[in-house]
Amino acid sequence: MSGVDTPDGLAFWLPLVLACVIAVGVALYVILDGFDLGVGILFPFFREEGERDQMMNSVAPFWDGNETWLVLGGNGLFVAFPLAYSIIMPALYIPLILMLLALVFRGVAFEFRWVAKPRHRKWDIAFATGSMVAGFAQGVMLGGLLDGITVENGRFAGATFDFLTPFSVMCGLGLVVGYALIGACWLIMKTAGPLEQQARRYARPLLLGLLAFIALVSLWTPLEYERIAERWFSFPNLLYLSPVPIVTALLAYSCWRGITGPYTSRAFYSAVGLFIVSFIGLMISVLPYLVPFSVTLWDAAGAPAAQIFILVGIVILMPFILGYTVFVYYTFRGKVRPGEGYH
Amino acid sequence: MEPDALLLARIQFAFTVSFHIVFPAFTIGLSAFIATLLVLWRRTGQDHFHRLARFWTKIFAVSFAMGVVSGIPMSYQFGSNWSRFSEVVGNVIGPLIGYEVLTAFFLEATFLGVMLFGWRRVPPWLHVTSAILVALGTAISGFWILSANSWMHTPAGHEVRGGIAWPVDWLAVIFNPSFPYRFVHMMNAAYLTTSVVVLALGARYLRRGEYPSEARTMMRMGAGMLAILAPLQLLFGDLHGLNTLEHQPVKVAAMEGHWEDTGPAPVVIFGIPDEERETNRAEIAIPKLGSLILTHEWDGRYPGLKDFPPEERPPVTIVFYAFRVMVILGVALIFLGLAGAYLWWRGRLFDTPWYLRLADRSWWIGFVAILAGWITTESGRQPYIVQGLLRTADAVSPVSAYAVATSLAAFVVVYCVVFTIGIHYIRVLMRRGPTGAALEPPPAPEGLPNRPLSAAQDSAHESVREAAP
Repeated sequence: MSGVDTPDGLAFWLPLVLACVIAVGVALYVILDGFDLGVGILFPFFREEGERDQMMNSVAPFWDGNETWLVLGGNGLFVAFPLAYSIIMPALYIPLILMLLALVFRGVAFEFRWVAKPRHRKWDIAFATGSMVAGFAQGVMLGGLLDGITVENGRFAGATFDFLTPFSVMCGLGLVVGYALIGACWLIMKTAGPLEQQARRYARPLLLGLLAFIALVSLWTPLEYERIAERWFSFPNLLYLSPVPIVTALLAYSCWRGITGPYTSRAFYSAVGLFIVSFIGLMISVLPYLVPFSVTLWDAAGAPAAQIFILVGIVILMPFILGYTVFVYYTFRGKVRPGEGYH
Repeated sequence: MEPDALLLARIQFAFTVSFHIVFPAFTIGLSAFIATLLVLWRRTGQDHFHRLARFWTKIFAVSFAMGVVSGIPMSYQFGSNWSRFSEVVGNVIGPLIGYEVLTAFFLEATFLGVMLFGWRRVPPWLHVTSAILVALGTAISGFWILSANSWMHTPAGHEVRGGIAWPVDWLAVIFNPSFPYRFVHMMNAAYLTTSVVVLALGARYLRRGEYPSEARTMMRMGAGMLAILAPLQLLFGDLHGLNTLEHQPVKVAAMEGHWEDTGPAPVVIFGIPDEERETNRAEIAIPKLGSLILTHEWDGRYPGLKDFPPEERPPVTIVFYAFRVMVILGVALIFLGLAGAYLWWRGRLFDTPWYLRLADRSWWIGFVAILAGWITTESGRQPYIVQGLLRTADAVSPVSAYAVATSLAAFVVVYCVVFTIGIHYIRVLMRRGPTGAALEPPPAPEGLPNRPLSAAQDSAHESVREAAP
C-alpha cells in the first residue's frame, strides 16, 4: 500500500473490520434491493395487470427488509467513518436526494396501488419510475465517488454538480441495466407461465448489456487512473487478481445457461454472483480509500469507542437478523402462480 | 444574493421530520393495538377481533410504508445538510441510531412481511408472534431514537476533545438525564394518539349504524386506554417538565413566558410574548400557580428569561404557543377519556349522541399534540443543536444554498402530494370498513402456493366484488 500511512494494532484492524462489515452490508443491499428495484424497472415492459400484480407480489414481502440494508449502510458510514460520511453526502447531494425521493414513490406504491384499484395506473408509473430513478441515482453516486471528490481540510470543497460526469452517467445506466437483469432473473425464479417466458426473453439482452458495462468500467478506470492500472496490471498483482475476470466470465456463462436452459434459479444466483464479483473488483480498485483518492478508511475512522460499541452490536445481532431474513425468504419461497392473489 | 443555507436546511429538517413523526406516532400504537386484537382473537375465538385485526392491518400497512419512506431521508440528512453535526457528535449519536437499525428496523421490516402476507402462510401462533415482534420493534425503535434525541438535549457520558465529542461511558450516553422522561412521555403520546383514532372511528361507525360489534369494541378499547393513559400523560409531562427545568431552565422559562424571576411565579394562561421589550402583552395569569407546578411549592422560584443573555435564549413566541397548544389538547384528551369511562360505567357509551359526535371529531388531537410537543422541545433547545455543545448555526454542511433550496422544494412538493394521497387512501380504507369474514382460510390450491396477498389488496378485491353486479 504505497503512499498510504497505516496505523498499528487496534487502530489498524478496527476500521478495516468495520469497512468489511459495511462493504458486506452495501453488497447485500445492492443484491437484495437490486432485484426488487429491477422488478420495478421491468414493470413498463409487462403490460397486463395480472402480470404486474404477480411481479409486485413476488417482491412485496421483502422490499422493506431489503431497503433496511440501505439505512444500515448509510448509518454504518456515519458511525464508523464520520469524516467520510460528512464528505461524501454533501458531494453527492443531488443524486442522493433524487434517490431518496424516488424511493418514496416506489415504496408507497406497494401499498397505495392496491387501495387505488381499479384506478392504480399512476402507482404503476410511480413504481416503475421510482425504481428506475433510484437505480440510476445509485449508479451515478457510485460513479461520482469513483471519479473522486474534491477535499480540502477534511471537508467537501467541490461544486454541487461535480458528480455529474460522463463516467458517472455511464455508471448510472450500467446499474439500471444490472438491476433490470437481476430483476428479470428473480422473475424467472419466482413466476411461471408467460410471465416467466417473457422475463427469460428480456434477461438475455440485459445480461449482454451488463457485461458491456462491466467491460467499459474495467477499461475506463485503469485508463483514467494510473493508481487503478497499477493495482491491477503490475506484477504480481496481475497474477493474484486474474481470477476476477475469469470468475466473471464463468458466472456470465452460467447466467446465460440459466436464462436459456431449463433452470429455475440458476440465472438468479449467477446474476448475484456477477454483482458480488463486480463489487469485489471495485473494492480492489479503490481500497484502502473511502473517498478515492484522498481519504483512507484509517483517515476517516471515528472514535474507537464508537466503533467497538457498534461492532459488538453487529456481532451479537447480525446472526439474528440474517436468521429471520432467511426465515422470511423461506416462508415466501416458491413461485407466485399466475392468477393467484387477485380473485 | 445567496439565500441562507442554514435557514433552508432548518426548514427542510423541520418539514421532513414533522411529516415523518406523524406516521411512527400512529404506527407505534397501532402495531400494539393489532397485536392485542390478534391475541384476543386467539384467546376468545371471536370473529370481530379477527376482522378488526385484518382491517387495522391494512391501515397499518399504508401508514407504515409512509413512515418508512419518510424516515429514510431523515437518516441521510444528517450527512447531506448537517455534516458538521455528523462530524462533531457522530461518534456518540451514530451508534445509537446504528442500534436502532440493528435491533428495530430489521425486526419490524422483516416480520412486517409475515404480518401482512403470512395470514395463510404460517401457523396462526407464528402470525400472532410476528405481529407482536413488529409492535416490539416499533417500541425498540422509539427507545433508541429518543435516546439519541435526548442526548442532544442533555448530553452526558462523553468528553470533548479537539471540538469533537468522544463517547466515554455508553450507559451514561444512552440513559442520559432527560431520556427516561422523554421516552415515557413520547411512547405514551403515541399510544394515546392511536387510542383516539380507534375511539373516533368506532364512534363514526356507530353514528352511521355500521359494523356495530366492531365499533363497540373499538370504542371500549379506545376510551378505556384514553381514560388510563391521558391522566397518566399529565403526570409524565409534569415529571418531564421538572427534568427540563433542572437541565434546560431557559427552555422552561420560554415555555412559561416567564421573563423575570422576581418572586413566586404565576402561570401565564394567555399572553403575547414580546421578545424586544422582554415582557408579555395582554397577559392573563394566575399568581403563584407556576411556582406550584414547577417547584411543587407555593413560594418556589425558578429562573426567568432575563437571567440568560439574549443569544442563549430560544425563540420565545414559538415555544410559548406550541407548549400551550400541547397542554390544551392534552386536557381535551383527559376529558374525552374520563367522560368515556363515565359513560361506559353508566352503560351509555354507545348511545350518547354528543359524546359520539365529539369522539368522531377528535381523531386529530393526538397528532397535533405530538407535533406541538416536539416543536416546544426542539425550538426550546435553540440556539443549540446539541445543548451547550454545538450551535445549530455551526452544524450545517458546506453545501450551496441553492442545492438545499432545490431539495427543499422537491421534498415539499413530493411529500404534500404523496402523503396527502396516502392519508386519502387511509380514509378510503376506513370508509370501506372492517368487512369480510376471513376467519376460515379458503381451500388451499395444490402444493404449497405462494400467497403473498397484499394487505390492502384484499379490500380492493372486496370493493370490486361489491361493485360487481
